[in-house]
Amino acid sequence: MRWWLPDAGSTFAGPIDTMFTVILIITGIALVIVEVGVVAFVVRYRARPGRKAFYTHGSTRAEVIWTAIPAVTMVALGLVSNHYWVMMKDKKSIPPNAIHMGVHGKQFEWQVSYAGADGKLGTDDDFTVRNQLHIPVDQPIAVELSSEDVIHSFFVPEFRVKQDAVPGMHITAWFQATKTGEFEIGCAELCGMGHYKMRARVFVHTLDEYNAWLAQQAAGGAE
Amino acid sequence: MTSVAHAKHDAHGSGGGAHHAPMSFWQKYIFSTDHKIIGIQFLFVSLFFLLVGGLLAMQIRWQLGFPGKPMPGGGILPESMVSGGVILPEYYIQLVTMHGTFMVFFAIMPLLVGVYANFLIPLKVGAHDMAFPRINMWSFWLALLAGLIMLAGFFVPDGAARAGWTMYAPLSARPDLSGATYSQQLWSISIVVLGLSSVMGSVNYITTIINHRAPGMGFFRMPLSVWALFITAILAVLALPVLQGAAIMLLFDQTIGTHFFDPVAGGQALLWQHLFWFFGHPEVYILILPAMGMVSDIIANGSRKPIFGYHSMVFAIIGIAFLGWIVWGHHMFMSGMNPTLGSTFMVSTLLIAVPSAVKVFNWLGTMWRGNLHLHVPMLNAIGFVSMFTIGGLSGIFMAATPVDIPIHDTQFIVAHIHYVLFGGSLFALFAAIPFWYPKMFGRMMDERIGKIHFWLTFITYNLTFFPMHIIGMGGQMRRIYDPTIYDFLKPQQPINEFISYSAFALFAVQFLFMFNFLWSLKKGKVAPQNPWNDNGLEWSLPNPAPHGNWAPATPNVYRGPYEFSAPEAGDADFLPQTKKLPSDRDPVPATLSGGH
Repeated sequence: MRWWLPDAGSTFAGPIDTMFTVILIITGIALVIVEVGVVAFVVRYRARPGRKAFYTHGSTRAEVIWTAIPAVTMVALGLVSNHYWVMMKDKKSIPPNAIHMGVHGKQFEWQVSYAGADGKLGTDDDFTVRNQLHIPVDQPIAVELSSEDVIHSFFVPEFRVKQDAVPGMHITAWFQATKTGEFEIGCAELCGMGHYKMRARVFVHTLDEYNAWLAQQAAGGAE
Repeated sequence: MTSVAHAKHDAHGSGGGAHHAPMSFWQKYIFSTDHKIIGIQFLFVSLFFLLVGGLLAMQIRWQLGFPGKPMPGGGILPESMVSGGVILPEYYIQLVTMHGTFMVFFAIMPLLVGVYANFLIPLKVGAHDMAFPRINMWSFWLALLAGLIMLAGFFVPDGAARAGWTMYAPLSARPDLSGATYSQQLWSISIVVLGLSSVMGSVNYITTIINHRAPGMGFFRMPLSVWALFITAILAVLALPVLQGAAIMLLFDQTIGTHFFDPVAGGQALLWQHLFWFFGHPEVYILILPAMGMVSDIIANGSRKPIFGYHSMVFAIIGIAFLGWIVWGHHMFMSGMNPTLGSTFMVSTLLIAVPSAVKVFNWLGTMWRGNLHLHVPMLNAIGFVSMFTIGGLSGIFMAATPVDIPIHDTQFIVAHIHYVLFGGSLFALFAAIPFWYPKMFGRMMDERIGKIHFWLTFITYNLTFFPMHIIGMGGQMRRIYDPTIYDFLKPQQPINEFISYSAFALFAVQFLFMFNFLWSLKKGKVAPQNPWNDNGLEWSLPNPAPHGNWAPATPNVYRGPYEFSAPEAGDADFLPQTKKLPSDRDPVPATLSGGH
């Protein structure tokens, strides 16, 4: 059984998982304060004959404290989040040496296009493989997402990557895998009856293996 | 015309002769213009839809816990929904769509707003009825009509709507892609009708609060429930028309060949999301603010103490409502919206934690050094505080955009919304229903059954929804029919099974509530006039309150709503708003002082 985020498989997992843990600690402290307060007050101040409640309308100092502390915490959290958000999602953050691939969502499959021998997407020697994304490890990958029909969402849990593929839009998502192996791609946006089975696989190869696979596929595609 | 004339008469509260002649059963209980009867009508209808939503949820849980196994009782469903008792994928997405739709639009929203805005506002501000009683009646009948149109979706040839309760286009707009024609159109029509109902209601609530407060009932003497319902009504009157407009555009896309949301012919898929969530996020606060307001009243009552930081509480309500307009993009972090826009939505979203924290700590402050009476409404109100806190805190994970990436559109968000809407709104209703039950029906709900119901609900509810955070962290996507086909989800299937068993138990426990509610109508203990020793204006009336409330008289208000244990009260630990002490001067009626 799994009680935590999936195993880390990309460079994004480090900061995301750390931030998750930090937020868990902050919210955990807040939760303990509130729940312990609730239980303690229920036990301590339970009605007893002859007792009267303490008559007060509040305290400005208390209001200032519990307004200021959450406000400062949230602003700090926002600043840290934004740093990583820009790194992960901003177009300008996509490394210039990233290998580009096309991922086209369609009810209910993922069509992955690879640049052929010329190394460029959108040329005649591109080839397409259904439901298989082959990538090299430790290399930045940029997937150019598009959709045939409705909104799909490209989701690889181990990579901490999720990006909608929207008809009429071209959206690029990037990531860098940190270990070889086989992972699953799911669709995270309801896209119709077969939403649940819109499953594909990611194969993370060493660079040599990847190049060999690419050459083999390109040759096969040319025949 | 008579009832309009009546209303005008009542509204001005001028002395003499506002007699309410005996009425036929139809006038009194069916086509009633009495705000209290309308509130009760909303109560029965929305509890029915709550049950419908619950039945749909049970089927969802069967499929997720035991995919591919024949559902007990599944045999009675037609072949288009089940095959050999096994839920079909196309039926499953109808289930998730309609569960969300019924719960949000036809259960929680009318329970909070339709029932309690109607029932409480005139009683709590000292009015004889709503400002526009006949519009109020229409608001109820349109809501019922909308609910029936939505329900009809299950009985048309291609089955119910199936694009999720959020109806993302172009899936929702294109029958060839969703596989449903009529039911998708019925969804749009139903939402337009419901919006009309909601706007009619809201106009009433706003006008009544502004114009029909009793002498002495200044804005800052209003109970927080009324404040919350007031701000909610403002949100509704501004937000619902946006949804209606979007639903009409969707209906045009579905029927007459426009392409607002379909990029194939130049439309914009994300336009729907912007419109839907521009409505949808204020809607979330429509679903929680009234709950917060009523819980505030009940916690002060149960603690026998004034609410801690009344003014902060009012400003927190206004702050949440204001921020609610500038956070809609946080539903769209993964949508391909410009990431810089995402950053601004992240900041505004995180800031909502501030007024929410203010509210939670003020509730705690209210209980601090109180004299806590743990009656059923108080227990559920405390349940609300502790569960809403979890829902609020889990929201921070998704507001922090990088952390949102792995958990967006997974069961984590499902857990979050249920902590807010069940742990929040529904616990508040389990507090509000027994609290104002005597005012509605003249009898008390059973205290012992109520306590058993609270504890069993509290336990099974947490066993149901807390583990959803964990399977969401594991990556289980929302609205998938069968998680077991994924290798990475298989290891957590035992948790899914556990959640399903808990959900069945949670559902079963609700029959206690249903029994208590119905049984007490006839057999409940007859309520004393002020069963909770509360300060609100409504308790100065007999139970149930008569048509016209105080008419022809108007109550005078001498103080705020939370003067529990005030020194002036002497031996009593409460001091009703209407009680005149020797030191009190009569307030000047607004009509005489020429406005406010």
